[in-house]
Amino acid sequence: MTLSRGTKVVLTLFALVAFAFIYVPLGVILINSFSVDKSLTWPPSGFTTEWWGKAVESQGVRDALITSVGVAVAATVVALILGTLLSFALSRYQFFGRESVSLLVVLPIALPGIVTGIALNNVFTSFLGGLTIYTLIIGHATFCIVVVFNNAIARLRRMGGSVEEASADLGATGWRTFIYVTFPLMRSALIAGAILAFGLSFDEIIVTTFTAGPGVETLPIWIYQNLFRPNQAPIVNVVAAALVVVSILPIYIAQRFSNADERGGGLI
Amino acid sequence: MTTTTSPPRGGFGYRHPSLRLAGLLTAPMAWLVVVYLGSLAALFLTAFWTVDDFTGQLVREFTLKNFQQVFTNPAYLSAMLRTLSIALLVTLISLVLALPLSFFMARVANPRWRPLLVALVLTPLWASYLVKVYAWRSMLQPETGVLAWFLDPLGLNSPGYGYIGIVITLTYLWLPYMILPIYAGLTRLPNSMLDASADLGAKGGRTFRSVVMPLVFPSIVAGSIFTFSLSLGDYITAQIVGGKVTMLGNIVQTTYVTNLPFAAAVATIPVVIVLLYLFAVRRSGALDNL
Repeated sequence: MTLSRGTKVVLTLFALVAFAFIYVPLGVILINSFSVDKSLTWPPSGFTTEWWGKAVESQGVRDALITSVGVAVAATVVALILGTLLSFALSRYQFFGRESVSLLVVLPIALPGIVTGIALNNVFTSFLGGLTIYTLIIGHATFCIVVVFNNAIARLRRMGGSVEEASADLGATGWRTFIYVTFPLMRSALIAGAILAFGLSFDEIIVTTFTAGPGVETLPIWIYQNLFRPNQAPIVNVVAAALVVVSILPIYIAQRFSNADERGGGLI
Repeated sequence: MTTTTSPPRGGFGYRHPSLRLAGLLTAPMAWLVVVYLGSLAALFLTAFWTVDDFTGQLVREFTLKNFQQVFTNPAYLSAMLRTLSIALLVTLISLVLALPLSFFMARVANPRWRPLLVALVLTPLWASYLVKVYAWRSMLQPETGVLAWFLDPLGLNSPGYGYIGIVITLTYLWLPYMILPIYAGLTRLPNSMLDASADLGAKGGRTFRSVVMPLVFPSIVAGSIFTFSLSLGDYITAQIVGGKVTMLGNIVQTTYVTNLPFAAAVATIPVVIVLLYLFAVRRSGALDNL
């Protein structure tokens, strides 16, 4: 379609405004973390790195960071194992209900977080005797499975079965084939899936509030609890800014390992 | 090359493929079906129970009382309608923003820039949800916020915290989910069709209405599934930028400790609405675009 010059200019300007809408709030978070003001004030009356220093020294922030990383690592490991097993089953076998399984995997992130949250909360408090850090890990792993699964199954589909058959024809057992052929070919897809799972768990707040035991405080929970305390605003700003940087970096790394086309251009 | 092949030769698995399959499926299915689906089923079952007012104990007798209460109590009814209107408005605004932007990305911008533009849309999706809502708290802050600073010289007021604040923030959160499917739909659009339309004498606007829109419609529906359902279930945004305005999710969050059956009934509503919506759009082919 040949667009008139005017239309093109209007669309370009519109795109600039839309990208400003997308990036201004993130920029404001970064700038606010250096503001000297103790409350949310724009424009900042001056700049300082004092709050970054205070945030680094804050015991609450440190503890929350350690909890967040621990939970995210544990949830990622569980998701890696379950997601990989599932991707093998679905890409290499035909069985009854195969289509439903791929829907079931997506369900934990497709349904509103609050539904998943209170459903798990109900079961954990009624049958597991209450919430702990382990119930939080179970909650996170449940919605992390999908990102590992999506990355792994896309790779397995593209790989096909011929390399594995070749390995078997050369006399390798199933296990040997997995170690020497399948796993090395899947490795980068699994790394991408693991990074995305880690990021998903690290940032999560809704399922977290419903499945974390008393005293278990992840970084988002720490922010949430200090959000409405006026004297904590500068530290909250710093933690928020750090989270923006930390959550965006892994995406670039994950992009290097996974190929968006391979996943059909899907979001996850 | 087919996607499904026989398991590798040799060893136990070759002789017992069904055992191999069972080995692969047992752990993940136990997790997803027992832990996850089991919890969901228990929750929806609870929605038909009640809590004894005096003892606070669950009364395990089937009743529609909770649903009746949601649909007859004016406070709950208005929260439900408000939530629906917010979700619809967010979907509509996202569509209005996403259409021209994706059109620019797919058809106007230099193709070499496309991967960068897609990355620019995708990146904020991975920034923490809570941080993005918090960012809008400082944007919307009455008098000292960024919007107030920007709008004051123009003689306008910042919308502040409330209904409009919720709509803006939710639109911000879910906009990329609308842009990406529409962009993908537009890049798949064959040039020949647009040329044919122009050859037959259609101007830009007519081509857009009669050729582009019908072809990207499934992508629009795919995007709307995200913007609509994610907005319906939200409660944190309302807490942080909503002022006194509450959504369905806030009712669930404040009642689930004392009255789980009622909270479960309220939580069922967005799920049912989303499922009805999915059922309604199933035929458009949108579900293949997710």
